[in-house]
Amino acid sequence: MTQEYIATIGLETHIQLNTNTKAFCSCKADSWGDAPNTNICPICTGQPGALPSTNQAMVEKALMLCLAMNSDINMDSFFDRKNYLYADLPGGYQVTQNDRSIGRGGYFDFLMDDGREVRCHIHNLHMEEDAGKTKNEGNIRLIDMNRCGVPLVEMVTMPDLHSADEAATYLTRLRQLLRWLGISEANMEKAHLRCDANVSIAPKGSTELGKKCEIKNINSIEAVRMAINYEIERQIREINAGNKIEQWTIEWDNDTQELRKMRSKETAADYRYFREPNLMPVHISEEFLESIKNKMPELPIQRRERFISEMGLPSYDATVLTADRDTSDFFEAVCNIYDGDNKRVSNWMMNEVLRITNETGCAVSELKITAQDLADIIHMVDQKTINTTTGKNLVDMVQSSGKRPQLLVEEHGLGLVSDDSAIRAMCTKIVSDNPKEAASYRNGKESLIGWFVGQVMREMRGKADPEKAKAILLELLKTD
Amino acid sequence: MTELIELSAVEQAALIREKKISSVELLEATLAQVEKVDGRSGSLEPYVEQPEDLEKVHAFLLIVRDHAMAKAKEVDRKIAAGEPVGALAGVPYSAKDVYCTKGIRTTAASRILEGWKPPYSSTVIEKMDQADAVLFGKVNLDEFTFGGTTETTAFKPTVRNPWALDRVPGGSSGGSAAAVSACEGAISLGTDTGGSIREPAAFTGIVGLKPTYGRVSRYGVIPFASSMDTMGPLTRTVSDSAFVLKEIAGFDPRDNTTVRVPVDDYLADLQKGIKGLRIGISPDYLKITYLDDQGNYASAPVDPEIEASVWKAADLFRDLGAEIIEDVPMSNTKYSVPAYFVISRIEAYSNLQRFDGLKYGHTTQQSVKDMYDLYYKSRGEGFGYQAKLRLLTGMFASQEKFYEKYYRRAQRARALMRRDFDEAFNPQGKYRIDAILTPSTPSPAFRFGDAVASDSLLIQFADQFTTPMNFAGTPGISFPCGLSSSGLPIGLQITGYDYCESKILRAAFAYEQATLDADWRKIKPVVLR
Repeated sequence: MTQEYIATIGLETHIQLNTNTKAFCSCKADSWGDAPNTNICPICTGQPGALPSTNQAMVEKALMLCLAMNSDINMDSFFDRKNYLYADLPGGYQVTQNDRSIGRGGYFDFLMDDGREVRCHIHNLHMEEDAGKTKNEGNIRLIDMNRCGVPLVEMVTMPDLHSADEAATYLTRLRQLLRWLGISEANMEKAHLRCDANVSIAPKGSTELGKKCEIKNINSIEAVRMAINYEIERQIREINAGNKIEQWTIEWDNDTQELRKMRSKETAADYRYFREPNLMPVHISEEFLESIKNKMPELPIQRRERFISEMGLPSYDATVLTADRDTSDFFEAVCNIYDGDNKRVSNWMMNEVLRITNETGCAVSELKITAQDLADIIHMVDQKTINTTTGKNLVDMVQSSGKRPQLLVEEHGLGLVSDDSAIRAMCTKIVSDNPKEAASYRNGKESLIGWFVGQVMREMRGKADPEKAKAILLELLKTD
Repeated sequence: MTELIELSAVEQAALIREKKISSVELLEATLAQVEKVDGRSGSLEPYVEQPEDLEKVHAFLLIVRDHAMAKAKEVDRKIAAGEPVGALAGVPYSAKDVYCTKGIRTTAASRILEGWKPPYSSTVIEKMDQADAVLFGKVNLDEFTFGGTTETTAFKPTVRNPWALDRVPGGSSGGSAAAVSACEGAISLGTDTGGSIREPAAFTGIVGLKPTYGRVSRYGVIPFASSMDTMGPLTRTVSDSAFVLKEIAGFDPRDNTTVRVPVDDYLADLQKGIKGLRIGISPDYLKITYLDDQGNYASAPVDPEIEASVWKAADLFRDLGAEIIEDVPMSNTKYSVPAYFVISRIEAYSNLQRFDGLKYGHTTQQSVKDMYDLYYKSRGEGFGYQAKLRLLTGMFASQEKFYEKYYRRAQRARALMRRDFDEAFNPQGKYRIDAILTPSTPSPAFRFGDAVASDSLLIQFADQFTTPMNFAGTPGISFPCGLSSSGLPIGLQITGYDYCESKILRAAFAYEQATLDADWRKIKPVVLR
């Protein structure tokens, strides 16, 4: 009988905050696409005598994440120096938070795709500065200091995740949350969000955790899923082969999609942490905390719940419409203006608006169509000013022209003809042009009524109110 | 000419403002004095001592004549045109070579910074420039300020004490102290991490002011121990220190540890006198406390001439209307030297890590295997003995396994020293003092080589009376009070509470004014005789 194993996973994420300037100087923080060593200054390149100054925007964004993670806030936290020598760390130490970081503990609840809720506890959250980038070209080592001093939050989870799928979903939901809060672009490919995973396995039912291996350098959510699965499989293979798991550090090679051992049992580096004397403690006043709390938006998981319980959406719709804050806000705005069946708005959102965002790759906030436009279009369909097909086309027309839907209906004569005489004239013409079909109908083949309506609609290029046409046709075909 | 260079900065500034002399004229006089007494500048070249070296001060590492002349001419032009000028308009000054000066070589007296020209100036240098003072040179110091004699500089010849050329000028601001003492400028900017302004000021018979931590920006000054480094003036008169402090003090957004406490008008405040000022004297500052061979605390008296000068000064202060409170306990002073050893070295080690031979300064010319080999060789060649010693001891003491044993205990000792000050100065407490009078140093200036060769406690514990203020963050001023029987200057220290520079300046000023006619004041340093 084969032994069943349970995997245990903890994640260390580095989150690049989207502040305008770096953590401790006024250089531009985001250097994506900029030439190497262009966003640098005496402070972030470690010139003698230069001193850091704490960027309040970093503290504010880190605090928002702490609140979203239900963490305890240290009203006074400290910066420490983590000392090590490396060419891309120009000061010879990284300014970070060691033993008294801004956030302690907390948890993150998230939903798996099957609706199961997972609670992942947080060990701690701390602020720190990034190091620069090292690039090896042949035997030349190139250093780009643009990234030196870029603000990060490092968030470490407890070992609460038990599958690659849970880890991948955690990251997906975290990414959603970071963007929702507006504190990070959270783009893994651009390394705004970086992840190291600690993986161990233990026999099912065991209360002790197995020896863990750390996978470093995983740069996409798909890679997280693959790397963790491979590692779990490797560990099971080792144990089944009678071997012991050794504490390794493993690197994910994204090019070959393989795991590679970097080093065995970490010779624990001594970083000689001590307080960074150049910075005052990060003091968070009650007022500041209150102001940040007031700024906190409703979180996606709460909003999803409200969409279901208060707005009557099916859970699938609620999930789709809370995938990002833009979409969600847009949807709510349409509902408020429309003031009718929310599910009807949801259908229009999912079928039309999200179709356009998928096709164009635009965010909802970048679309030309506004919440007012969409509400107006749905209203026009409801009032039979236009039919559904026209309504759908109108969404695209508004998006491409940026004109208001009412104007487009007028300009293009898209309105339904509700003028009885025009429809009656067309119906009369169709009945008299098709005597054979009229006879068949009168002889009892009543299903032909649909064919007659279709003819009228075709001749009138869809602008006739089909209900009205049907009524007139029934009358004409009966009386003759 | 001699009269001009002997004037105080306050007097020099007044003459320039009143157009009685020009800034250029004063600068020329100052440079002529340097020419006369300073001898060759310290250099990294292999040092072969010449007989004439023994007769000169060697305070300067660099004279920036053109830079200074341009500034002096600009000041003269402004004054001639009736344009507004800064308070220090036209007054020449020098700076310890840890103050970064944009485009001007800055060395920290170390080979590791060879050839480096900072792309920025320190805040204090900028403020001096805004005050229209004229920077004319950079002066020698202990390498990275690591020392109390200026002997550890990589730039030889080292600085000599203008009062006794076979003695050290103190340190680490030894170049500043010697320059001012030898009338090579009325002002020099120094730094003080454990006494590096006050000790050399005492050894050379001048005034040295260490402001409250946070009073003067540290931005752009190459650090030693960042939690204790302070920047301040060395001058010949108390008024000049007050004059300079007013210009360099204040909040700086570039230094997070500066504060928004208003800057007093220190110069005007001097006139308020010291009536009613409560000045404490502590037995803990009249002896050296150390650990004996058995690990027990033992104590040794300070130089008797120095103790006598403290009591004499106390009498004088009493006569001037101050209240003297004896027996103020400062019982944790004994921890200052060992705690200083730990904290300053751990911070120093970390601060030295950026000097890697890659970004600036000295890079090895030897072939290297890899990046770490490059570090190893560049740093091996670039750092001097004392810097290496501090790096190694700092790395040793900062190991995680020793965190509790060394760093945490030293921090606790630091807190206790701070508490001594809080209790003594507490306005509702038992002592309610405004200032404490102490010796600046346990002995006068010692001979070259004695700092390492001598086992004299007074030398080994030379900074016991000055480091507590760096731990507590409180201000202190050293001012001359006379000469020893062997003709060496003796300094007294007045230390006050946070941001009370005005009070300690007043006390020192009162002493200075009351002793203006004293015989010892008529005696000049040997290089001026």
